[in-house]
Amino acid sequence: MTTLSREETEALIAEVLEVYPEKAKKDRAKHLAANDTSIEQSKKCITSNRKSLPGVMTIRGCAYAGSKGVVWGPIKDMIHISHGPVGCGQYSRAGRRNYYVGTTGIDTFGTMNFTSDFQEKDIVFGGDKKLTKLIEEVEQLFPLHNGISVQSECPIGLIGDDIESVSKKSSVVIGKPVIPVRCEGFRGVSQSLGHHIANDAIRDWVLDKRDGQAFESTPYDVAIIGDYNIGGDAWATRILLEEMGLRVVAQWSGDGTLAEMMNTPKVKLNLLHCYRSMNYISRHMEEKYGIPYMEYNFFGPTKIIESLRKIAGFFDDSVKEKTEAMIARYQPMMDAIIAKYKPRLQGKKVMLYVGGLRPRHVIGAYEDLGMEVIGTGYEFAHNDDYDRTIKEMGDATLLYDDVTGFELEEFVKRLKPDMVGSGIKEKYIFQKMGIPLRQMHSWDYSGPYHGYDGFAIFARDMDIALSNPTFKNLTPPWKKVDAEEVKKAA
Amino acid sequence: MANIMIRQGEKGLTFYLPKRDLEASIESIEFDSPEKWGGELKLDNGGSYYIDPIAKPPRLPISLRAKRLGAAED
Ligand code: SF4
Repeated sequence: MTTLSREETEALIAEVLEVYPEKAKKDRAKHLAANDTSIEQSKKCITSNRKSLPGVMTIRGCAYAGSKGVVWGPIKDMIHISHGPVGCGQYSRAGRRNYYVGTTGIDTFGTMNFTSDFQEKDIVFGGDKKLTKLIEEVEQLFPLHNGISVQSECPIGLIGDDIESVSKKSSVVIGKPVIPVRCEGFRGVSQSLGHHIANDAIRDWVLDKRDGQAFESTPYDVAIIGDYNIGGDAWATRILLEEMGLRVVAQWSGDGTLAEMMNTPKVKLNLLHCYRSMNYISRHMEEKYGIPYMEYNFFGPTKIIESLRKIAGFFDDSVKEKTEAMIARYQPMMDAIIAKYKPRLQGKKVMLYVGGLRPRHVIGAYEDLGMEVIGTGYEFAHNDDYDRTIKEMGDATLLYDDVTGFELEEFVKRLKPDMVGSGIKEKYIFQKMGIPLRQMHSWDYSGPYHGYDGFAIFARDMDIALSNPTFKNLTPPWKKVDAEEVKKAA
Repeated sequence: MANIMIRQGEKGLTFYLPKRDLEASIESIEFDSPEKWGGELKLDNGGSYYIDPIAKPPRLPISLRAKRLGAAED
């Protein structure tokens, strides 16, 4: 399939929208666009962060998912209570592959599910007593935890429980922080507001707790913000930063701890990977503590090198020298990978539909392999994300915001990419259509994909998916039309 | 009145409205001298806001209260 022109892309959008009723069509049309690299502001071509249409299949999550699942969940030495009925926590438990070191159930609790398991009587009479009892039990059973966060599910906001007062009281009783988070699922249009609420809770209940305390700092202290250590991503990032001569004080929040978060206001620079979910806290630290933040991208050698140099620019010459030495050291490895995979992957087309940062961050990595991204979209992005995306994508490529199941399927049918990068909900739909899919949320049980080491794995995985012989055998033998037979019959 | 944050971006001042997660660059600022800084802010998204003029803050970002002038923008 050749690349579409702007008119063709627009015609495609119009054609796909044809099936909707008038009102829905008008609404959805705002969320679909042909990229225009000449504009600075995405809002001129695409609308985002709006309520999904009722009746369509959306792939978004809720505010609770954004707070418990994304921001708070990976903080490994805390116990995160899913406060409310059992399902919200249980069905999302341990699904995100945030790796961590520690003994689960003893000093780390990442993959466990703690819930207050609301029943009818708790809804009727309130769950505050139950929460108090739960916190006491947790303290008794898991004495090595360093703090508790109470992640509200929908009913908590509906019945108006006072989790703040329970948290304050319990915190005194157990002598550890207990942090109430008002992330009820009904807040906001997607998980995005959950990220914001979680950031605000960190700001109010965690960040300033060690202000004024002595801290042995160095001029090279940095924090990794917004890396959730999916499949070990944050580790692959960390080794690069350390080789540059920097000291990573905190990892937010993949493989991170409460103490690391409290120490973050002491760093010299915040390195922000997932802008969408943690720009809030970075802005706050910039204002309150004067810590600058910098967005970086560790997918694929081109972007890695660009980011490394930009990071080094904040520090003295010794860091710059080490950075250059490191870049030179890894270059042969990168060249070897590209030499091996580029001829196999060259010219292949990809469509992406993911969450916070990947729809734009991984474009560079695909391009390093000679592949082309012909469509991309976010589940819950805001305008500032699309502002950053339009420059990364080719002109007239397809952009889709909060795409519906139907639209994505139709786009894929028409654009016929060689591969789709999305999540588990899309995986089998597209694979049954005969198009390989890599999950770009969980790295399809592989990873890490960040950093130099990650790129090696990324390249291999893309090759595995594209070269899989299965996709040549999708037509059953009895449906195969044999050229010989046809000739004979004729 | 809304809380806003003004930040030094790579290309100039940027405007951030946390309540609506709105980020935009500031195209012009009415007063920009050491003693008097603020007034009407024109944003690149077409909106404009008013902040009471203050002495130029020594360090950005800074959080301020602002009044919206004109109709709401996206
Ligand atoms: S929307 Fe409410 S009930 Fe559903 S998962 Fe989120 S918090 Fe739970």
